[in-house]
Amino acid sequence: MANKVYSDAASALEGLLFDGMTIVSGGFGLCGIPENSIAAIRASGVKGLTVVSNNAGVDGFGLGLLLETRQVKKMISSYVGENKEFERQYLSGELELEFCPQGTLAERMRAGGAGIPGFYTRTGVGTLVAEGKEHKEFDGETFVMERGIVGDLAIVKAWKADRFGNLVFRKTARNFNPMAATAGKVTVAEVEEIVPDGALDPDLIHTPSVFVQRVFVGTFEKRIEQRTVRKREIA
Amino acid sequence: MPWTRDEMAQRAARELKDGFYVNLGIGMPTLVANHAGDLDITLQSENGMLGMGPFPWESEEDADLINAGKQTVTELPRTSYFSSADSFAMIRGGHMDLSILGAMEVAENGDLANWMVPGKMVKGMGGAMDLVAGTPRIVVMMEHSDKAGNPKFIPACTLPLTGRNVVDVIITDIAVFERADRKGAPFRLVETAPGVTAEDVKARTTAAFVV
Repeated sequence: MANKVYSDAASALEGLLFDGMTIVSGGFGLCGIPENSIAAIRASGVKGLTVVSNNAGVDGFGLGLLLETRQVKKMISSYVGENKEFERQYLSGELELEFCPQGTLAERMRAGGAGIPGFYTRTGVGTLVAEGKEHKEFDGETFVMERGIVGDLAIVKAWKADRFGNLVFRKTARNFNPMAATAGKVTVAEVEEIVPDGALDPDLIHTPSVFVQRVFVGTFEKRIEQRTVRKREIA
Repeated sequence: MPWTRDEMAQRAARELKDGFYVNLGIGMPTLVANHAGDLDITLQSENGMLGMGPFPWESEEDADLINAGKQTVTELPRTSYFSSADSFAMIRGGHMDLSILGAMEVAENGDLANWMVPGKMVKGMGGAMDLVAGTPRIVVMMEHSDKAGNPKFIPACTLPLTGRNVVDVIITDIAVFERADRKGAPFRLVETAPGVTAEDVKARTTAAFVV
């Protein structure tokens, strides 16, 4: 069997990066983002990227790191509100942005990965996002066609993997990662742990190994965007 | 006297029914969770969680466990986690009972605008367009007037829309409007804050509504 396990992000991404490529990324906010691959992409200096990701990170972390270095030409996202550098580059015309509703974005990745080039949805009909797109009536209701997305590369973050590339995600860090994992011509997964053969319950695997070509163990900062807590009452 | 944000949330909680699966938007709508009382409500968070619990105790935060507002939360015995595609299958597929959202503008025909101010605010719609497209009942909570004092319940939206003909109930700090259906029924003024008359509401609203 071909070896899928790499020692770090730089070696896992070797030979996969080129200027002008499209990268699909998992993650929601800063939760479950492929921190290590993002850092290695920054270090590689590859540019002119189209990045498909629900969010664009924050200033100085996550995909915000690739915006700082102007490596991103275009973002396809549903929400980019936490990033001042993003807003500046977008309003000054340096950065292209395609807003895509969150559910439509998830489905576009899922469809792309499933070999479905387009689908119809009710979401966005009658709004800016439907302008210029094909519309069709089904049972008396209007739907808009959205395209599936396949990237040159998908980068995802999982909790555990085995050496075959089976992935398990943890809590809400799953988010876009399973769809992103299917939507890359090549998919690189970074994980907290690679477990021994047979240690993952086959019934509980979220992403089967066929979708993952390369896997490595990363180191994770796991930054929290909004730390909200209850205060303990002192008795 | 206008209702406080908490009183608005209390009023919005009266839209909940026992057993409902509910998605609460970011900001004021999240306060509604505090007023569910004895009702058995399951909260959905569109990043991929059903059965959302309260904020964690100090020092028990988990970076892998956040809600759609990116706030740390906790799980409950009923909780399930799933992918964003499954999450929006619940939403777009009409499986949720109710969503409560904030708004910048609502039009008298039920159009909603709550995601963009051209040239000024570039944030994005997140899951709002999917929520209004797929959820059978949409309740909006908003201040009656914007910061400049202009009405927000208006004849036609001026901002880019989130969805057309999608709002069923509007709860502001002075009034509650509701319409019977999305097939042309007008919004009706069904409640006013203490000391606020229907005439007061009319004077501060440009949208047409019935009393």
